[in-house]
Amino acid sequence: MSVPRFWRRLKNLYNLIGTHCEKCGGFFYPPRNMCPKCRRNGIINPFKFKGAGVVVTYTIVHTAAKDYSKLTPYILAIIKLDEGPSLTSQVICDHSQIHIGMRVKSAFRKLGEESDKGMIYYGTKFVPMEEKA
Amino acid sequence: MRDVAIIGVGCTEFGELWDKSFRELFVEAGVSAIEDANVQGGKIDALYVGNMSGGRFIEQEHLGALIADYSGLASLNVPSTRVEAACASGGLALRQGILAVASGYHDIVVAGGAEKMTDVGVETTTDALAAAADREWEGIMGATFPGLYAMIAKLHMHKYGTTQEQLAAVAVKNHHNGTMNPKAQFQNEISIETVINSLMVADPLRVFDCSPITDGASAVVIAPAEIARKYSDTPIYVKASAQASGTISLHDRPDITTVDATVAAAKWAYKMAKLKPKDIGFAEVHDCFTIAEICAIEDLGFVKKGEGGPATESGMTALGGKIPINPSGGLKACGHPVGATGVKQAVEITLQLRGEAGKRQINGAEIGLTHNVGGSGGTAVVHIFGREK
Repeated sequence: MSVPRFWRRLKNLYNLIGTHCEKCGGFFYPPRNMCPKCRRNGIINPFKFKGAGVVVTYTIVHTAAKDYSKLTPYILAIIKLDEGPSLTSQVICDHSQIHIGMRVKSAFRKLGEESDKGMIYYGTKFVPMEEKA
Repeated sequence: MRDVAIIGVGCTEFGELWDKSFRELFVEAGVSAIEDANVQGGKIDALYVGNMSGGRFIEQEHLGALIADYSGLASLNVPSTRVEAACASGGLALRQGILAVASGYHDIVVAGGAEKMTDVGVETTTDALAAAADREWEGIMGATFPGLYAMIAKLHMHKYGTTQEQLAAVAVKNHHNGTMNPKAQFQNEISIETVINSLMVADPLRVFDCSPITDGASAVVIAPAEIARKYSDTPIYVKASAQASGTISLHDRPDITTVDATVAAAKWAYKMAKLKPKDIGFAEVHDCFTIAEICAIEDLGFVKKGEGGPATESGMTALGGKIPINPSGGLKACGHPVGATGVKQAVEITLQLRGEAGKRQINGAEIGLTHNVGGSGGTAVVHIFGREK
């Protein structure tokens, strides 16, 4: 991904900032600049999520795309945040520990790197609730 | 709106075709379709070309013009349009062609699809395919396509008790069908053990749960139903064409194990054709992964939600079963040149309904359905075809 494209999303990726519609009360992560329910009538503002959630489903990725191949095998998961929205991220824990329904919390981690001299992506991954982030 | 019929079909062999280029593949499929329809090039009013990622796979865009030119139709200035909806590009190109003829705007239209995937390495292919998901919020987190479908499979297993063996049964069946399709990429039998002992790609999906990387092209010629018999003794009528959108990201879907876009497109298609799921004789569905076929037969209404695994294991979807699914071998065994797949499905239905499917012929086939999905469910296209209008 190009530098500006990543840079534009830094605060969302680093701090789990999404959006909230004041009109219908919906929470969105990833952020949306139009409320999918209220559409043009929505009132959208930034919202920082607490980072607590539950694993809806997961997989262990063994074959990854180029920028992620150094990380394999890794746990990819869909996590439903306590405020409502679901997102895709990775869970850092022992592979025998991961399960559907597991409570997790957000943690600042490296996402991937382009090459030895290329950009390193950081962002939000998740760890088991018991463990210190 | 006019009724529309398929009057000719063509398909290249599917596989790793290192000696053939994108343009050669499309021209080969297009020419066999127009020869099958017995149509002269000068009669063609428009071309629609389904292609997902020429830009990534062959570093070529402007594919509509390229195809028109190399088909010898640029000198006639025939309009040519590239259509893209990831893995549903072919189904969408077909639908655009059908709409153009149904509206009365064009008479004879060639709708085709092509993808040349083996000119780049597997990591580039994986990354190009990952572009069918949300790059900014799924891809960057390390999501791959097998990874997304693996998460569907994991939840399906958790909720409905679907097993590894039931997933594997999809691949075994489709490979068996592929042995009878001379165009298929894989024409060999496999066993349940082969699948469940193969290399893990994204737990629980193994390499034999995944459709392959494929080069290939397919095309159909479509015409208004009222003149179809001028070209073909056995025109195959389009009874319904429906397309629906769903969320681009899997994580935003209300139920991860249900493809809403498939449910919506199927509902509209059944209504348009005045048919119910039980009226469908057989179907070509989007089995990009084994779990995708299980979800498809549920979402299309052939079995109840959660019963796709046991139904497949019982032989219900085999060639001799109650509702044969993927007689061509599906994406799994016939191969999945992404832009071509949706059109190839219509080619297979046409061959079956004409009684020209050889060893894999389904006896008494009257009505067939195609189901083509883009990404993890952002787009779904459903067509219903019949021997009668």
